[in-house]
Amino acid sequence: MKLLVCVSKTPETTAKISFTDSDTEFNTEGVQYIMNPYDEWYALVRALEIKEATSGSVTIINVGPAANDTVIRKGLAIGADEAVRVDADPKSALFVAKQIAAYAKEQRFDGIFLGKETIDFNGSEVGAMIAELLDMPYLSWANKLDLNGSTATISREIEGGNEVVEVEAPFVVSCAKGMAEQRIPNMRGIMMAKRKPLNVIPAVDSADHAVVTQYTLPGEKSAVKMVDPEDMDELVRLLHEEAKVI
Amino acid sequence: MVLIYVESPKGQIKKSALEAVNYGKKVADVLGKDCVALTLGEVAGAGILGKYGASKVINIADSSLADFDSQVHAGVITSVAKELGAEVVIVNHSSNGKSLLGRLAVKLDAGSVTGVNTVPTNDGSFKVKKNVFSGKAIAEYEIKSAVKLLSLMGNSFPLEENGAEVSPETMTVEIPARKVTVKEVKTIEGTVPLPEAELVVSAGRGMKGPENWGIVEDMATILGATTACSRPVADSDWRPHHEHVGQTGVAIRPNLYIAIGISGAIQHLAGVNSSKVIVVINKDPEAPFFKAADYGVCADLFDVVPKLNEALKRFKAANN
Ligand SMILES: Cc1cc2nc3c(=O)[nH]c(=O)nc-3n(C[C@H](O)[C@H](O)[C@H](O)COP(=O)(O)OP(=O)(O)OC[C@H]3O[C@@H](n4cnc5c(N)ncnc54)[C@H](O)[C@@H]3O)c2cc1C
Ligand SMILES: Nc1ncnc2c1ncn2[C@@H]1O[C@H](COP(=O)(O)O)[C@@H](O)[C@H]1O
Repeated sequence: MKLLVCVSKTPETTAKISFTDSDTEFNTEGVQYIMNPYDEWYALVRALEIKEATSGSVTIINVGPAANDTVIRKGLAIGADEAVRVDADPKSALFVAKQIAAYAKEQRFDGIFLGKETIDFNGSEVGAMIAELLDMPYLSWANKLDLNGSTATISREIEGGNEVVEVEAPFVVSCAKGMAEQRIPNMRGIMMAKRKPLNVIPAVDSADHAVVTQYTLPGEKSAVKMVDPEDMDELVRLLHEEAKVI
Repeated sequence: MVLIYVESPKGQIKKSALEAVNYGKKVADVLGKDCVALTLGEVAGAGILGKYGASKVINIADSSLADFDSQVHAGVITSVAKELGAEVVIVNHSSNGKSLLGRLAVKLDAGSVTGVNTVPTNDGSFKVKKNVFSGKAIAEYEIKSAVKLLSLMGNSFPLEENGAEVSPETMTVEIPARKVTVKEVKTIEGTVPLPEAELVVSAGRGMKGPENWGIVEDMATILGATTACSRPVADSDWRPHHEHVGQTGVAIRPNLYIAIGISGAIQHLAGVNSSKVIVVINKDPEAPFFKAADYGVCADLFDVVPKLNEALKRFKAANN
């Protein structure tokens, strides 16, 4: 199978979040970046497992500036065969989806794998957009995917349960926990990654319909009220009378 | 006109879908427009959506719409939106809702914001807010396209009845061919799904092992709450994966989140810090979770949780 994995770059999970330019831009100073965990742990690894079981290839794609190459190289070190970077600032989900769909249209992939969402903007939108642009079925939040020839059996998270579906390739799938186990790149992988192709291609045009105009930080929490462990009736009273949640 | 897609798995309208209709009414009021609710597949009693704010309910009861396929459903929603001239389309911020929104964005050439939790501004521009960076910040988005798409974060507004029942109408639209075959839908019986739960009781590695979860389950039963857990607990298979909350698990915003034996790592907080009230039970006074808590109990959980359960039982007995 010829597979495409969409990988994004996000601030590391403990990164301190702050803003500049009158709170209109994310402050990147001192922020460490990682590959979005869902893309790395689940989408990429499951695609690699499928390739290992059935032969074929895994290409990773990122829409972003040259600074993203370190994240892309990590994907190659984990095992992807080649990489493509669309050289542009990923301004909106639709913009990103149009870039990936334009590339995928020429290449005719059997499956396109994404993470279930990015952990910075928590959009969970790009996959459905790519699927629509390519007129392909889309299975969101998959936690299991088995292939039998060109037929995939996919289990996907829905609120309060799971749905098991069957679909023919080509398809677009977004990956959640359960799909695969995280792989740590080894020395050989890191060395090989340096020689694998990373093609940089220009962006196609796309409108931006939704843009961030202002960021704010959540208000400070008021200090915690400690309750005497010997008086749980008091905690219950507070939850009922003061917080009014029970 | 504001169009709300109402999710109704197995013909039952979800509570989060009622919230979406409520919210759609608020958006419609801001814009001075009508609020129309759309249900797909056979749905029992769709008329009650009127009570939650819909001035009109459309039900397309075609049996081919019973199972979800984002391609089919997005096609039908698009036809209805175009026919009625919808300016705003609203879905739930659920697994299915999100897989529709991206498609609608392409089909309707519309700007979308997922997971919104505010009513749009009405000062000549259309601005909504959502949490970003896994709850560590809030972003305001402006949507500039003619048609606007939103997915509503669950539990953002209290549910209210503010209208009267209406009789559902139908509409004839073309139904696209299906490519996805639904084989099985497995639902976890008896509990409210985590993203919809108003009360959540959650526990972490402080529990020492899965055999000790009885006291947590007791509390959930007494309160009618849903259970959750920290990531290492799910990773060790002490609890099922769907209970894992946090940055890489489910993000929730219940009215009450009780955290038992959880340290409060930043990745855990990211998924739960939008909860309205947080109670932390931990024996370590330095546990970072206390800084994010409204109420704290510093004690051994094996002592204090059974005591709290007894107190809750007394409260329930007195208040029922
Ligand atoms: C990329 C990344 C993503 C992550 N995503 C998530 C996520 O989504 N969700 C998540 O939860 N974690 C996540 N983590 C893990 C996170 O960093 C923490 O390791 C994890 O949340 C700790 O779980 P815990 O609080 O249950 O365990 P611990 O940190 O071991 O804490 C146990 C707590 O229990 C208390 N305790 C022990 N015994 C008792 C007792 N008898 N009575 C009372 N209190 C007691 C201790 O004082 C301690 O505070 C992520 C980590 C990384 C690196
Ligand atoms: N800039 C990007 N380049 C490549 N893939 C991306 C990019 N942004 C998002 N994705 C993919 O789309 C998924 C969902 O992202 P989002 O819709 O932004 O939450 C991510 O998990 C990635 O797989």
